[in-house]
Amino acid sequence: MTHHRPSTLPRAALIPFILGIGLASLISFPASPARAQEPTPSDNQVNLVAKQLYCPVCENVPLDVCPTQACAQWRQTIREKLTAGWSEQEIKNYFVEQYGARVLAAPPARGLSLLVYLLPPLAFAVGAYIVYRAVRTWRRAAKPIASPPAAEDDYTRRIEEELRRRE
Amino acid sequence: MSDTPAPPPPARNFGRLLLWGGLAALLALVGFGLYRTQAGPVSSGPAPDFTLTTFDGATIRLGDLKGQAVVVNFWASWCKPCEEEAATLEAGWQKYRDQGVSFLGVDYVDTEPEARAYLERFGITYPNGPDLGTRISQAFRIRGVPETYFVDRQGTLVRVKIGPIEMNELQSILDPLVNP
Repeated sequence: MTHHRPSTLPRAALIPFILGIGLASLISFPASPARAQEPTPSDNQVNLVAKQLYCPVCENVPLDVCPTQACAQWRQTIREKLTAGWSEQEIKNYFVEQYGARVLAAPPARGLSLLVYLLPPLAFAVGAYIVYRAVRTWRRAAKPIASPPAAEDDYTRRIEEELRRRE
Repeated sequence: MSDTPAPPPPARNFGRLLLWGGLAALLALVGFGLYRTQAGPVSSGPAPDFTLTTFDGATIRLGDLKGQAVVVNFWASWCKPCEEEAATLEAGWQKYRDQGVSFLGVDYVDTEPEARAYLERFGITYPNGPDLGTRISQAFRIRGVPETYFVDRQGTLVRVKIGPIEMNELQSILDPLVNP
């Protein structure tokens, strides 16, 4: 009966083999400076930040779809910052420092920009109140007269009773 | 008995007043914003003061340059028309630097590596720096790049050039400022 055993080389034979591979690697690859192995951010990761920014040169076009050279340079800056390990918020802060708060898609809730957040709900509340008042007025005006108005004083009531008796 | 309707209660009057007042304030704000947006570049009067931190780290305040004529040029590395005037501005700087004229380059909405490469490519030696927070361009209300502003020795804005400038035009503006 034959057995299939894994072939085993003596350890002494392995050492020159490993050294040989190492030497071959050194010869075949050119010398280059050692670099940290940093993952390159994908376009999606870059665009995730870019779509929250607007370049002042191309107003109303988000940075992730803006075709100009200026915007391409900005996206490259985002890529570099992401590669360097910056967070999304740090990158946005950097752009605000460099180019002003107007590059943000959502302006900061302070100063005059606060109005952007306050006015819509306020306008909605005022509008709802105006509609409520208008509807109430219309309903009052349109209320049908179901029965003759009740007698308002004794004199009128007595006349009505007298009239009913005579009928 | 009178048929005159009773006046609304004071609280209701105050509410109406508040509503109309708020609406008027909002309209005024929107109007002011539109006016500022539609108004062209600052073209006369005292030049808006600013501080420029150059790419070399120096700090230059326009107000400190009184007594000299100043050329403030807005540019960007991504701006093709800026390239047309880059050599002219450097030549102008070389010609007028000893005649009491300062040149300042304000780099608008740009990225630093590309801006530095641009300066090197065109051999620009006068002080240049980024428009941090776009504060300088907003003060001058620029509409694009290139734009060049000329400030006289008293700090008054005397001329604005929209678009690339040529040497004869640069000379025609600077000569009277140097020799008033």
